[in-house]
Amino acid sequence: MSDIPISHILFVSTALFFIGMYGLFTRRNMITMLMAIELILNSVNINFVVFNKYLYPDKLDGIFFTIFIVTIAAAEAAVAIAIIINLYRSHKSIDVEDATDMKY
Amino acid sequence: MEITQILFWFLSVLAVFGALMMVTSKNPVYSVLWLIVVFFAISGHYILLNAQFLAIVNIIVYAGAIMVLFLFVIMLMNLNAETEPQKNKWLKIAGVVAGCSLMLVFVAALRQSDELLKAPVSMGGETGLIKTLGKTLFTDYVLPFEISSVLFLSAMVGAVVIGKKGD
Repeated sequence: MSDIPISHILFVSTALFFIGMYGLFTRRNMITMLMAIELILNSVNINFVVFNKYLYPDKLDGIFFTIFIVTIAAAEAAVAIAIIINLYRSHKSIDVEDATDMKY
Repeated sequence: MEITQILFWFLSVLAVFGALMMVTSKNPVYSVLWLIVVFFAISGHYILLNAQFLAIVNIIVYAGAIMVLFLFVIMLMNLNAETEPQKNKWLKIAGVVAGCSLMLVFVAALRQSDELLKAPVSMGGETGLIKTLGKTLFTDYVLPFEISSVLFLSAMVGAVVIGKKGD
């Protein structure tokens, strides 16, 4: 099991992080930007689990951090989608650059 | 080449390819479907890393709940490739260059991380199972657990209040 070097898994999570970063910067669709944020959160989760397994195998803190990040991501997605639906109702668009004024 | 290594490379290629397709596909529905593929690949990584409960939670919460929510909202707003706003080409090239440069720095920094390990450690296969996790969750982590339930309640109320029609 531990014959996979730690650096390889860290490379994968780094690649996912920067792909998510690119998506966050280049898309203007608000929902796709939110999906890129979820991708970034997941790459961070992989890092937590990897460090938990390889550096502190007798502890569980990394796994619990990941579980709490998943729960907070669920709450965050619900609130963000409510905001996006509200913006879509008032602006008839989900382009971030159309949302230049608050409330009206 | 052992079976775990083959699985690791397969899941890594699947995750990175799925993420690239998610970022580059024009239709938002395809983006959601590729992101679900990425989440399944990441769950496979969790199983390889002895976190079985986390893998199941990841599939249930992300692929089962969050992504269905995204898909419903995309279909509700009737988004497709034609309505997708596009940024100009130069900004995309700038994004690729900046992201690749920063990733290069990260990869160079992480290259020596193998020396961090003192000795190859093996943790028991039952570490990530729900029995061990549940015992720790309800002793050491009981306060964050309760706080996250309050957080969920407030998120639920907030989502309903914000999403309510009219004001």
